[in-house]
Amino acid sequence: MEQYALIMRHEDGTKVASPEQLQEWMKQTMDWIGGIAAQNKFVSGTGLPFADAKVVTTKNSKPIITNGPFGDIKETIGGFIVVKADSVEEAVEFAKGCPVLQGEGNSIEVRKIAKNDGVH
Amino acid sequence: MQEPELIPHLFRTEYRKIVSVLCKYFGFEQIEIAEDITSDTFLTAAQTWGLNGIPPNPVAWLYHVAKNKAKNYLQRNALFTKKVAPEIKANQDRVEKEIDLSIENINDSQLQMMFAICHPAIPAEAQIGLSLRILCGFGIDEIADAFLTNKETINKRLSRAKEKLKEEKIRIELPRAAEIDERLEMVLRTIYLLFSEGYYSSSQNQTIRKELCDEAMRLCAMLIENKATHKPEVSALLALMCFHESRFPARQNENGELILYQDQDETRWDQELISKGAYYLKEAAQGNKLSKYHLEASIAWWHTIKEDSKEKWETILQLYNRLLQIEYSPIAALNRTYALSKADGKPIAIHEAEKLKLTDNQFYFALLGELYTGIDTTKAKQNFQKAFSLARTQTDKQAMQKKLENL
Repeated sequence: MEQYALIMRHEDGTKVASPEQLQEWMKQTMDWIGGIAAQNKFVSGTGLPFADAKVVTTKNSKPIITNGPFGDIKETIGGFIVVKADSVEEAVEFAKGCPVLQGEGNSIEVRKIAKNDGVH
Repeated sequence: MQEPELIPHLFRTEYRKIVSVLCKYFGFEQIEIAEDITSDTFLTAAQTWGLNGIPPNPVAWLYHVAKNKAKNYLQRNALFTKKVAPEIKANQDRVEKEIDLSIENINDSQLQMMFAICHPAIPAEAQIGLSLRILCGFGIDEIADAFLTNKETINKRLSRAKEKLKEEKIRIELPRAAEIDERLEMVLRTIYLLFSEGYYSSSQNQTIRKELCDEAMRLCAMLIENKATHKPEVSALLALMCFHESRFPARQNENGELILYQDQDETRWDQELISKGAYYLKEAAQGNKLSKYHLEASIAWWHTIKEDSKEKWETILQLYNRLLQIEYSPIAALNRTYALSKADGKPIAIHEAEKLKLTDNQFYFALLGELYTGIDTTKAKQNFQKAFSLARTQTDKQAMQKKLENL
């Protein structure tokens, strides 16, 4: 059994939706995660709030700090969960159920977690 | 209380106290000696009280006799081991140090014993067996009855566990502050298993089952009374057990058949236990740790409200979502799917249930049968039949038979 990170990229929900809509998304996300956990395939999850986000880059070897991860892109990482799956296809099946995908242009990136076995 | 019922009663309440104090005094490596002296004390009581009548203070009498028997043992033992000089000295020192059967030392000893027995070195089943014997004063045949097995099996299991604890040189003491959370988790797990053994056991002996539940709650209450172990998750576990236990009077009919939650007469739920549970659940809300017992207790609290509502099932669903993230179990996965059907409808729940693939679990097919009822009768029937063929107890078979008849 491998572990995969499902990385969610989407718009900052607080800018485009009402509090009721946000709450509905929250329920859908919790049900999505609960459904994976009910199959004993959930490992961990981390939400990444957009508020207070900073980006550190360098210019001429000096650090430059900007607010928020959104430069020109609208979709940025909003969080990720780690799941257990026998194959990348199974992990993709989990990803398909993610409510983030209801938003046009949003995406889930499915990435295998490197094992600490000296190969990866 | 008359003599015939007095001794069994005292055995149940005092055996565990005396044995814990003596075992703490002698050290775990001599646990059998502590057990023998304690049993012998009760034997002497039975013989003497039968002839001379019951003494004015039976408990004090028992403590006094147990102390004397322990002292005699140490003195005899000192003679035998004369060649080993340091040991004699140690023994003499101990004889001079009084065996302390004060309430305080009894409580401390029992608490420390709880941690010694709930040790990761021995399997969970053995921990429950030893807890029943040493912490709850159950007889071997009662334990055998609770586990649906025979005395020999239990005896073997217990002596293997004791040997293991001796090999590991387990000390009878509270873990250090840095370790207490981790070790407490093990103790709570054993207490909850003990409770579940009583609550879900297929043993027909209703009295024993109720006593298992009561004992689990008593042990948990002891943890709450001690400052070092009074943690939010302990209160949460006690709350959880109160809520479950409140349904005890309503979950069985006169023929000993199980009455399912939906069919229970809620006026027979014990309101006093429900309030007690609510009190401990509130107490558990201190601190910022959310244990699985917090979630399970909250779920159990919602079940004390019989009336269905959107809010009830939506909240239960979200609690199960979180519980499963902390710790997966097939039963939680099934209950979560049931809550989903109540909150969001059967079609969504069927879709989720089909993914669970718990194909060796009778309750999985019982749930699928329930979900397909009223939607697809053929599939409902197939699933109830599978559940019937997987059911191990008569009660479970009967329940599925009824479902099939009602389709």
